[in-house]
Amino acid sequence: MKRLSRLRRHRAAGPILLVFALFTIGTTFQVASAVSNTTTTAADRSATIEEGKQLFLKGCSSCHGLNAEGGGIAPSLIGVGAASVDFQVGTGRMPMADMSTQAVRKKVVYTPEEINALATYVASLADGPAVPTDAVLNYERDGSVAQGGELFRTNCAMCHNFAAQGGALTQGKYAPTLMGVEPKQIYEAMITGPQSMPVFSDKTITPAEKLSIIKWIKAAEKEPQLGGTALGRVGPVTEGLLVWTLGIGLLIGVAVWLAMKAR
Amino acid sequence: MSNEIELIKDPGLPAHVHRRADDDEKYAKRAETQVSILFLLSAFGTVLTIVSYVFIPTDKFIFIPVMGETNAEQLLLGLGMAIALFCIGAGAIHWAKTLMPDNEVIAERHEFRSEDEDRAEFVKTVKAGASAAGLGRRPLIKRSLGLALGLSGLTPLLLLRDLGPLPKENLQKTSWKAGTRLVTDPGDRPIKPADLEVGAVAQTLPELAPGEERTLNNIGKDAVLLIRLRPEDFNLDAERLSWTHEGIIAFSKICSHMGCAVALYEQQTKHLLCPCHQSTFDVTRAAKVIFGPAARPLPQLAITVDADGYLVAKQPFTEPVGPSFWERSS
Repeated sequence: MKRLSRLRRHRAAGPILLVFALFTIGTTFQVASAVSNTTTTAADRSATIEEGKQLFLKGCSSCHGLNAEGGGIAPSLIGVGAASVDFQVGTGRMPMADMSTQAVRKKVVYTPEEINALATYVASLADGPAVPTDAVLNYERDGSVAQGGELFRTNCAMCHNFAAQGGALTQGKYAPTLMGVEPKQIYEAMITGPQSMPVFSDKTITPAEKLSIIKWIKAAEKEPQLGGTALGRVGPVTEGLLVWTLGIGLLIGVAVWLAMKAR
Repeated sequence: MSNEIELIKDPGLPAHVHRRADDDEKYAKRAETQVSILFLLSAFGTVLTIVSYVFIPTDKFIFIPVMGETNAEQLLLGLGMAIALFCIGAGAIHWAKTLMPDNEVIAERHEFRSEDEDRAEFVKTVKAGASAAGLGRRPLIKRSLGLALGLSGLTPLLLLRDLGPLPKENLQKTSWKAGTRLVTDPGDRPIKPADLEVGAVAQTLPELAPGEERTLNNIGKDAVLLIRLRPEDFNLDAERLSWTHEGIIAFSKICSHMGCAVALYEQQTKHLLCPCHQSTFDVTRAAKVIFGPAARPLPQLAITVDADGYLVAKQPFTEPVGPSFWERSS
């Protein structure tokens, strides 16, 4: 007993323990990510859930709680559904790097298999919106650009800008641009309402209408710049900035030249 | 020390400084070339404009660094016109500054009053003309002309009528009546409370009676935003709470400040933001104004469900929606 106590106070005890702990975490991670992830059978599914749980405990539980029950700094994930996890992790918004205003789109940390495992785990806690399948997302076939435009202007344009370029909200929050966002992620955002965004229920905007909105956004991405440069398509702000700086700057320059004594 | 104020002497004109082109033919020649180059550039700009208008197809796009894919015709039309107009001006200025005479010339001021003889002559001419026209002798012409001129002044007054007609009750009342169903905009589908999850919103309009048409005037005042919260999130008095239904609350979307559509709903803070002037309304406190220039909360629409379970208005709006106007009582 005395010997153990002496060993514990040894100079090298701290570093050795640290190495041991890192080794344990590393190997557990290896074991966890080695698990296969196809969810065809119930056994596979429970294996995926277990893998997702391990990933969750390592990557998410410090904020969202050990049982995804939420905490002072992060919401509960019970009932948010697989679609929510797929959106937040699949766009790199989670894990969050900076807690100040809102989670921003950034480099995705997890592999698609890991995201699937996390989503399956969170979906196993309580029912929630599922990740839309590729069959559902056939917007090219099932959507209508004209209808999508009408829906977009009524439901989305006030935050995301009339050309889906994004816009400002209160206190530094903002609605991000929708240019280059995957159709699946747009769909997931509408059914889950991430962060400041409200939910757009399937009854008030039907799945077919959601596909129309996606088709319109994809059409807007390809919209040519007919008038020279589009200046970010954010309306009078950049146009005004250009006129007030470049245009008036040029006028001032000419005025100074006019009034200069000729040599 | 002397008490006399020393008068500042008139410094006169500054000495005339010769320009380089005034004295040296080499510089004058150079300025001439520069001006001509500017004018030739302008001519090139015009030709560029015409050529791009005639020969470049309207659907031709080219990649320009920084700007991205850009319509070639529009770009070259603009550039051509800019070069053409700017270079004419720049050439003219450069010409005037370098080559045209720049000697200062003094123009003395003269008295404005005309000579007495000229003034007397003018009065005589006017009097002679008036008596020749016979206005004094022919009062009928004088009076009828007065009438014609006077009446012609009424026409512009008459056009003021086009500022009307008065809005009557149109600003006070919307299409919402007790029992009017809330339908989705667009889509016109009635909504059941179960259709909205917590955190969901829906843009709605009043259901049309058969044969009725939706006009922009009506949409402009009837638009209503439905928001579903957890019932415990509300911080409302008993009356306003009875206007909600299972956590669903309905507000006019027309901002009480300038009438913009207020629909930027932040799900986490439960704030509604007007995009025009950043008025912010707290949904949990009956759209109380918490920031911005709006003077009043957004009018709340009392809602309930009908026999078929669809959301309906319990009563019309109790106050006019939208911005203030003269006849508004509050």
